[in-house]
Amino acid sequence: MSAATGTALSMRSRNRRRRKLTDAVASGAITMAGIGVIVPLVVILGFLFAKGLPALHLSLFTENPGPTGVAGGGVKSAIAGSILLLLLALAMGLPAAIATGVYLAEYGRGRVGFFVRFLVDVLAGVPSIVIGIFVYTLIVLRMGNYSAFAGGVALALIMLPIVSRVTEEMLLLVPQMTREASYALGVPKWRTILTIVLPAASSGIMTGIVLGAARVAGEAAPLLFTALGNNFYSTGVFRPIDALPLRIFTYATGPFAYQHDQAWASSFILVMMVLVLSVSARILLQRRAR
Amino acid sequence: MQIAESRPQILRRPGFLGRYMQIEYVFRGVVTVVALGVFVLVLAMIYELAHQAWPAISEFKLRFLWSTEWNPPKARFGALPFIAGTLVTSLLALVFGTVIGVGAALFLVEFAPSWVRVPVSSMVELLAAIPSVVYGLWGVFVLGPWIQHTAGTFILKYFGWLPFVHGPALAVGIFAAVLILTIMILPTIVAISRDVIAAVPRSQREGILALGATRWEMIRIAVLPYARSGVLGAAILGLARAIGETLAVALVIGNSTKVPDSIFSPAYTMASVIANQFREVENSTHEAALIYVGLLLLLITLVVNAIARLLVWRVTKGQITTVIE
Repeated sequence: MSAATGTALSMRSRNRRRRKLTDAVASGAITMAGIGVIVPLVVILGFLFAKGLPALHLSLFTENPGPTGVAGGGVKSAIAGSILLLLLALAMGLPAAIATGVYLAEYGRGRVGFFVRFLVDVLAGVPSIVIGIFVYTLIVLRMGNYSAFAGGVALALIMLPIVSRVTEEMLLLVPQMTREASYALGVPKWRTILTIVLPAASSGIMTGIVLGAARVAGEAAPLLFTALGNNFYSTGVFRPIDALPLRIFTYATGPFAYQHDQAWASSFILVMMVLVLSVSARILLQRRAR
Repeated sequence: MQIAESRPQILRRPGFLGRYMQIEYVFRGVVTVVALGVFVLVLAMIYELAHQAWPAISEFKLRFLWSTEWNPPKARFGALPFIAGTLVTSLLALVFGTVIGVGAALFLVEFAPSWVRVPVSSMVELLAAIPSVVYGLWGVFVLGPWIQHTAGTFILKYFGWLPFVHGPALAVGIFAAVLILTIMILPTIVAISRDVIAAVPRSQREGILALGATRWEMIRIAVLPYARSGVLGAAILGLARAIGETLAVALVIGNSTKVPDSIFSPAYTMASVIANQFREVENSTHEAALIYVGLLLLLITLVVNAIARLLVWRVTKGQITTVIE
């Protein structure tokens, strides 16, 4: 009797020890995964600083690429090209993205709204290289040449899903009572949306725009067959144009040491640009959420 | 009658309401048409790619999917090496990424105090903001040499007996691509699984803790089953990202049109072959074949994304918290 109880007790304590051990091992593994995910960021940023900062010269911003193989020169044309492409993408993408967001938030309750929301999310997952070929067949083949315009269209298509979904979420954050107060004053729905709801959500929508811009600023794949790249300074909308990510891609595969240095320095510039954009967007977003 | 007279002056002006309603219809119509444009866009993508790829589609038909010959000078094309490269790299990255990513998400939700959770979460999200081409540059000059000199020789020495693990370990190849892809899909998997796991009701956890469960038993019995389909959706979204990832992979995969037979083989993925060859096509069939590859890539990612979104939506009830990937 007492022996049996003893066995049961020791079994129970052994069982408990086993469970405690499993718990400790699993907790340890989970904690390691949690710490482990920040290692890549630290390593990559570390190398960007270590290799990019020493290669950073003022001439990068003021000079265009020299003849291939001759050290020196800069990436002025690529920086200017990236800015122009971004402006083109914003000009073409924003109206459509915000209209889509307005539709989803204000009219998209039913089955059609669900369908559109679904497609927007699916569109966000289409690989950027596929967007690149699509714009190549749609615009470059039809117009007969590579151009900054085509590159802008490709970037706009990538930005569209991001900005429309953020716009939708931000519009939904505007309290329903605000809309009702406006209706009660006899203001029709379209005017309520344009003059009350959109302004109320404007800082949130700005955040979405900045996030979208940060995302497309680093894209090179959709530009390969649309903007093409250019060794010369150009601001022509209908001519091929250089972009910072394209320049990095070209230099990363190039044979010369100066190209590698400039690739690191350009990456440093690009990452700083993108990080400043997305960090400020996130801070804005968090301040809003509170 | 009474009511009509008590209306404000302005509403009694003839045509006023009618005009306002017209604007309402126009406004609604415009935003609806723009929104439905997304549908047209997806259709147009499929149509345009199929149209431009037609010479290759009509010549190679579905044989394209399992033929291994990719011979631009002879204009004979089959996409199996690229399909295999895409499958191998993205599935391996998915396995590593899901194990680490879900672990990290559990850490963030169940273990970490908020002074750890907030900075770690935002650091993971910053990882998503680094451009693909920068990952590629890092892969070429840092990760590749490390694999060649350190990791590769280590793996060959101790795991060389496994199938598909044989050398030589080059700086470029499947393994480098898998590591880069794992890092690149982590933010997606961590962010979405974190939201899905955080959405598991507290009562689930408290109930099983009250029965005397350890923290791991709580996770295994109460949290993970509840969050299962959402975590699966997060993993598939990560998969979709890995499948479509282009430049980082194009820089480190090694550019070989042979079907890979080792994790250190140089290879090509569907996206990277387009990036590397499209600008230097040798003939019109070559271009059509590359667009055919692009069409396949589009169809695959459409299906994979559709499945993932539906899974995540089922858990979060349509409130996608992470469009920002």
